Amino acid sequence: MHPAHHKSQTEDLEIQRVPFGKDYVMPLGQHIGVPSKPAVVAGEAVRRGQLIAEPGGFVSTALHSPVTGTVREIGDLRGVDGRFAPAIAIEADAFATQRVEPDPAMDWQSLSLEEFIDAVQMAGIVGMGGAAFPSHVKLSVPDGTRIRHLLINGAECEPYLTNDHRLMLERPAALLEGAEIVRRKLGAEETIIGVESNKPDAIEILCDHISPGQPVRVVPLKVKYPQGAEKMMIKSVFGKEVPAGQLPRDVGVNVNNVGTIVAIADYFLRGMPLIERIVTVAGPGVTYPANLIVPLGTPVRDVVRFCGGLKGGTREIIMGGPMMGRPIASLDVPVLKGCSGVLVFTEEQTSRRKEYPCIRCGRCLEACPYFLNPSRFARLARARMFDEMKAHHVFDCVECGCCTFACPSDIPIVQLIRTAKDDLTHRKESHG
Amino acid sequence: MNSLLTAPAIMVGIGLFFGAILAIAQRFLKVDEDPRIEATNEMLPGTNCGACGQPGCLPFAEKLVSGDVDPGQCTVSTDDTIESIAEYLEVDAGRQEKLVARLRCGGGGLQAHQIAEYQGFEGCRAAAVVSGGGKGCAWGCLGLGDCEVACTFDAIHMNANGLPQVDTDKCRACPDCVAACPRDLFELVPIKQNLFVQCNIPLAGQAATQLCSVACDACGKCVADAAPGLIRMENNLPVIDYSAGGPARPDAVFRCATHSIVWLEKEQFQDQEARPARMG
Repeated sequence: MHPAHHKSQTEDLEIQRVPFGKDYVMPLGQHIGVPSKPAVVAGEAVRRGQLIAEPGGFVSTALHSPVTGTVREIGDLRGVDGRFAPAIAIEADAFATQRVEPDPAMDWQSLSLEEFIDAVQMAGIVGMGGAAFPSHVKLSVPDGTRIRHLLINGAECEPYLTNDHRLMLERPAALLEGAEIVRRKLGAEETIIGVESNKPDAIEILCDHISPGQPVRVVPLKVKYPQGAEKMMIKSVFGKEVPAGQLPRDVGVNVNNVGTIVAIADYFLRGMPLIERIVTVAGPGVTYPANLIVPLGTPVRDVVRFCGGLKGGTREIIMGGPMMGRPIASLDVPVLKGCSGVLVFTEEQTSRRKEYPCIRCGRCLEACPYFLNPSRFARLARARMFDEMKAHHVFDCVECGCCTFACPSDIPIVQLIRTAKDDLTHRKESHG
Repeated sequence: MNSLLTAPAIMVGIGLFFGAILAIAQRFLKVDEDPRIEATNEMLPGTNCGACGQPGCLPFAEKLVSGDVDPGQCTVSTDDTIESIAEYLEVDAGRQEKLVARLRCGGGGLQAHQIAEYQGFEGCRAAAVVSGGGKGCAWGCLGLGDCEVACTFDAIHMNANGLPQVDTDKCRACPDCVAACPRDLFELVPIKQNLFVQCNIPLAGQAATQLCSVACDACGKCVADAAPGLIRMENNLPVIDYSAGGPARPDAVFRCATHSIVWLEKEQFQDQEARPARMG
């Protein structure tokens, strides 16, 4: 797939910091897995960077306060998916300096692998590309599996988004430091940074910063979607396919997003836990597009206001990229660890086109990077034959959106697949 | 001439031989099927809906004849049919209380506040996976009619206000709508019970009422006004215990400020006006 990039709006804009606002909301379940357990109570004063929630299990991470202030309440608040979920609401202290007194840098070289993985968990680091999968789980490699390559994902194949691009341009040294930490800890032989070839400046800067002797290779990748899906990237770089149902580690590769690697460097070298992230605010409906450092938990309302507000005719705001991100139903939704972009669209881009019957052209089959049969999924989902869909491997679908993008009849294939997956998982819960 | 007769003769011979085997098998290996199973199955509605807990009507007929179930457990048959089956099998009808599906939400287009507009595949579950549809309430009816599609008996129709109206005469209390609703809003309750809570918001006070004009704000007046033990508060919502606490009376609903607990004399959501045009 080759969707139009639309990256020129923000790719040359330097990363700026959003001023601190008043209200912050940190949902306890902002990563995939078990929600975190609150470690503070309502009314308690918190410092920026202070631990406010502990991991609730292995597949879970810690949370840290994004601001200095007071805990307003701990209760059910609206999350990104429209549902209400447990969250910690913090009111920022208007007179605080918001300066972090970071923990002293850790001597990461002396840490054992287990200590290192625990530290990553306590730093609250998750996959920053969008999925928000806890990084320490990804870094925990079972005995007998050997990681040969550390693959760093700088593809940023989603249109509009430029946050990873700017990060590579502005903090190449931190990226390479983080890469070295992770590579040494995993015992990998080589680090490979995959960057789509539409970012030649990033490739150049990274190559310039590689210190002599550091086993790092920057690989330009073809510009195509979804180049940044980890299995796709492994195929592009190594020519190996990761079999269905297996993980990249089964072919000896560990894939991490550039943002994640920089977060690891910031924690181990500068003592900063994950309390802010870079967000691209773009799209035709926003007055001043920007790449911003946003404290986690900032309401989208404040982010959009900083960017000059919405233009008239705004119809839809998407959190994440336009292909895989989700529309938000409220501006009070907070920016989370996995939020790579806030994209604002107007009527022109979002009006729903008339849907026509499937003409069996097969374009969705050509488009599907996982060689599934999207048109069949759409037909089965409409007929509510969800079990049949499972037999056709609907759970191998990563919902990249290629089929829907390719469909000339404008059939909402991905939405039908998501509906079916929701039905299958929901029913599994209620019937044992 | 001779060979012309041989072939038919052999065929006839083989035919007679196998015919004889079949006749013997019929005589000695016959499985006696109770003729009453077939007759009972004829009387059952044949919808194979599963509301009785059996996979279909024939297995239910088998269980009926063996006496494992009562005819009344078929919620789909009319009373006359149940009677005639009971009479035919000479068992007690065991008529069950008639249940109907009722929706634990009264927030249609006129009541629930809309915070966004949903565009996409017209289905509740589809809307629920996209930021929970357009309504501000994350627990209420999405109003896109998954239950209407799922209903086997054509008993559910979306009304003008965007809420499913259940035709209690047609509703057979099979669990189709209960399974179809992504928000788990349908409940099968005895039709003779008039007291019902039409809200599913686990929030209290203003947090609830700012989402919907008919939201339960968990004030607890209904608990105080009803017979002791009839209603209890659970998770900021009143829960009615139909089996205990004496007869339900309309007292409990009088002081409800938001009309989230109702006394149903007829069907839910009758005579509702059309919902306003979509926002945006």
